[in-house]
Amino acid sequence: MKESQTPVVEVIGLKTYFRSSSGVARAVDGVSFGIRKGSTFALVGESGCGKSVTALSIIGLIDRHSGWIEGGKVRLGNEELTSLDESTMRQVRGMRVSMIFQEPMTSLNPVICVGEQVAEGIRLHQKASKQDARVITVAMLSRVGFDEPERIYRAYPHTLSGGQRQRVMIAMAVACKPELLIADEPTTALDVTIQEGIVRLIKEMQSETSMAVLLITHNMALVYKNADEVGVMYAGKIVEAGSVKTLFSKPLHPYTIKLLRSMPVAGQRTHALDAIRGSVPDAASYPSGCRFSGRCPREMAGCAQKEPELVLRGQEHGHPVACHLYDAPFMASRSARLVASAEGVPAPLDKTHNERPVLLEVRNLKTWYPIRRGLFKRVVGHVKAVDGISLSIRKGMTLALVGESGCGKSTAGKSIIRLITPDAGEVLYMGKDLCAMKEGELRPLRRRMQMIFQDPYSSLDPRRTIMNTVGEGLEILYPEMSRRSRIAKTASVLERVGLGYDALNRYPHEFSGGQRQRIGIARALAVEPEFIVCDEAVSALDVSVQAQILNLLKSIQLDMGIAMLFITHDLGVVEYMADEVAVMYDGKIVEHGNVEEIFARPRHEYTKKLLAAVPRIDSALIESLKLPVVPAAWP
Amino acid sequence: MLTYIIRRLLYAIPIILGVNMLTAALFFQINTPDDMARRMLGEKNVTVDAIENWKREHGYDRPAFVNTGASGTAMFTQTVFFQKSAPLLWFDFGRSDRNNINIGLEIRNRMWPSLAVSIPIFMAGLIVEIFIAMMLAYWRGSVLDLAVVVLSVVMMSVSTLFYIIAGQFMLGKVFKLFPISGYDTGIYSFKFLVLPVVIGVISSMGVGVRFYRTVFLEEMGRDYIRTARAKGLSEGTVLFKHGLRNAMIPVLTNVVVSIPFLFYGSLLMETFFAIPGLGSFTIDAIQSQDFAVVRSMVYLGSILYIVGLILTDISYTLFDPRIRLG
Ligand SMILES: Nc1ncnc2c1ncn2[C@@H]1O[C@H](COP(=O)(O)OP(=O)(O)OP(=O)(O)O)[C@@H](O)[C@H]1O
Ligand code: SF4
Ligand SMILES: [Mg+2]
Repeated sequence: MKESQTPVVEVIGLKTYFRSSSGVARAVDGVSFGIRKGSTFALVGESGCGKSVTALSIIGLIDRHSGWIEGGKVRLGNEELTSLDESTMRQVRGMRVSMIFQEPMTSLNPVICVGEQVAEGIRLHQKASKQDARVITVAMLSRVGFDEPERIYRAYPHTLSGGQRQRVMIAMAVACKPELLIADEPTTALDVTIQEGIVRLIKEMQSETSMAVLLITHNMALVYKNADEVGVMYAGKIVEAGSVKTLFSKPLHPYTIKLLRSMPVAGQRTHALDAIRGSVPDAASYPSGCRFSGRCPREMAGCAQKEPELVLRGQEHGHPVACHLYDAPFMASRSARLVASAEGVPAPLDKTHNERPVLLEVRNLKTWYPIRRGLFKRVVGHVKAVDGISLSIRKGMTLALVGESGCGKSTAGKSIIRLITPDAGEVLYMGKDLCAMKEGELRPLRRRMQMIFQDPYSSLDPRRTIMNTVGEGLEILYPEMSRRSRIAKTASVLERVGLGYDALNRYPHEFSGGQRQRIGIARALAVEPEFIVCDEAVSALDVSVQAQILNLLKSIQLDMGIAMLFITHDLGVVEYMADEVAVMYDGKIVEHGNVEEIFARPRHEYTKKLLAAVPRIDSALIESLKLPVVPAAWP
Repeated sequence: MLTYIIRRLLYAIPIILGVNMLTAALFFQINTPDDMARRMLGEKNVTVDAIENWKREHGYDRPAFVNTGASGTAMFTQTVFFQKSAPLLWFDFGRSDRNNINIGLEIRNRMWPSLAVSIPIFMAGLIVEIFIAMMLAYWRGSVLDLAVVVLSVVMMSVSTLFYIIAGQFMLGKVFKLFPISGYDTGIYSFKFLVLPVVIGVISSMGVGVRFYRTVFLEEMGRDYIRTARAKGLSEGTVLFKHGLRNAMIPVLTNVVVSIPFLFYGSLLMETFFAIPGLGSFTIDAIQSQDFAVVRSMVYLGSILYIVGLILTDISYTLFDPRIRLG
């Protein structure tokens, strides 16, 4: 694949700043890399570290009202893009550099048919007539895998699925055979089973036109399987860069190592995940010295004073890294003393798999949604969201429910704890049928069953303080409880999920995504449930934060013996968290059993497809990664 | 589509009925038929006989809503409410209580002066406001943008009355460009219309410009706009081809529902410029407690409102392929 040694595109010392309420946000602060013809360069890193801003700077789409390019160059062939005027830059966009965005749902214009949207760029850049552009577009649509390109041409975006829309986006992006294709999280919003197809399509297009690809993602497995080179970004800088092979087998930077190690994989089951503490610093207020200081497990006394540079330090380290640990003079100085707060290895979790009693048993549960049509909205049919599922959950154990989007997972979760009333079937909770109960009988049981949702923001009331949100359940269930003891109880639950006492009187918008999810968990825990349904509870979070939350859930489960129904599409999470797994397909459970067994020997077609489609990193590789040892401390 | 319209019309029946009852109830609460009669006959020296006589002549001699003296359906039909409201259903508005004019005829006559003022205000206002808002969206963040936004806020906070009086004074009295008020028929009405139209447009401009600017800016921040820019399209194409068509959707909600009300005219404008339209007709009727006219106009208003809603929904389907009525 690597055809020539000179890069097609070269980013040199790029700096992009924004005006923000807390000062100048240095979103991209001196980033350099090059991408060779026909090769793929991946940018990885946590949310908010500047990946998208780097991409938008290259294509010249930084919002000119709030941001600007502070310095650096972007070289494409023999042109310098940052110094081009707007009208010249427009000829580059869509023609020589094009971009695919994360959200296929919103990235297409809803009121223009998709063919027209693809043809538009062709007409503009290839000076094609309307008819010619149409012919080229239809050919493109067929090229990206549509069987009926003519029909798709006339379709409006809302009639297409997420995967189909992303194919249209790809057709649009590669129509003019660009030299550089930027794919910003091209598969993140898609269902796991179709992600692979989209990536493969991009690769095919790449091998045909030998364009360079800048792949932005936080999915490490995707990078591992598809990229040639990687740059790990943190707080506006690249902290480590190299070929995929060396970077995954011999990562050097503590951030890279922690990022990889925080991925949930089967081999980590018996341990708490190696989460990175804290969160990405705000772009307007980076810490002094090394920007990873404060979160780094190997932080040394001098790290917060001196900023490490991204350089190759001798052949023994193989690739460039920005960390003092590899800087011999630094390590020989008195600055090389481990900071006291540096953390150790995560504690092993003791989870014995003895047979536990069944807490909850679902038998032939059905929840159908009516479809209404006609003059008086008569019910003409049903969407069989949950169509006769049976499963059981043991005390203190975790059952994972997996399946593609729309297969009825969430409806199943809600029906089980009777947030929705199912149409038929039984839910036996310690022998009593919940479905047969009236709301009044159900109320005392409500406390024992809680739910945690995916979107921590929309599930918290923005106008209520954390005290009110978390304490609400207590207030309803124990009206006789005094206000003082309610506050004490709430505070202790918050402490359990890692939030301080001062969180009590604050509002949801003052917290980060991970913290909000902690609040969601605290709300569920406050009433001491026996069973929690986690509906994609960690899906919206970064790997590092996800690891923190998974650790929290797991340790809570151990302490309190809570049973969990874990609805997710992330197979890594399943392997790490769950004892058993149920695979759902089209409203039915097609496979149910022990996680290791099903993952090793899937029987149903859908399970096989699912397991094959999802790129995963070998668990052994992750486990083999170790943080560098800091040599003898100074006296 | 047809079933949708039929359903909407069916839903409309209880609304129209309810509005009518409420108007009647409120009216009778403030103003009993006796009061009405007394008022119509002149406040002083009215004999009881004269009142009864007036009530009988004008059909207010029955109980308001429930006739306890009658039985069966007559209990409800032999009431003022039923007798007065039922004919409205087939647009028989009857005669006014005060001067016995034919209300239906009067509405048909007065409709035209109302439209002559309200349509130009509406159209010109819409064009000017959208044009300015698009300019601001194109040069957002510039000094021009800031200046116009500030100006809009200032214009919004000034009362319409001020524009009317200032306009009449400056353009009518000082410069003598147009007559201060009045109306004429046919082509001669033109010189009387310019002033109210200009003032009408100016007085609503602040609100309109700000609304459309917000709509456009919101639309210009969307993901598909970024996609369009990434294709290399010029800012103008992005704004007009991609932004405008999507922005039409929220604009429609605001605009189409008010189209039927153009018939209704503008209460304020017509009163101040002495334009013999439906707006001034309504105001006069309220002032003189003419229940027959008020009832008719309220009924007409609720019908127009429902027509407006249906029109809005239909117009959505023209701009938004995602919406299908059924
Ligand atoms: N238009 C803007 N105005 C102000 N700040 C911005 C703007 N766009 C991005 N930023 C800031 O720049 C930083 C980097 O953002 P960026 O979108 O590049 O992150 P990212 O790495 O792509 O994250 P994600 O994985 O969530 O997409 C963030 O701190 C963000 O708040
Ligand atoms: S060891 Fe020091 S320089 Fe290296 S990443 Fe940690 S804090 Fe930064
Ligand atoms: Mg991004």
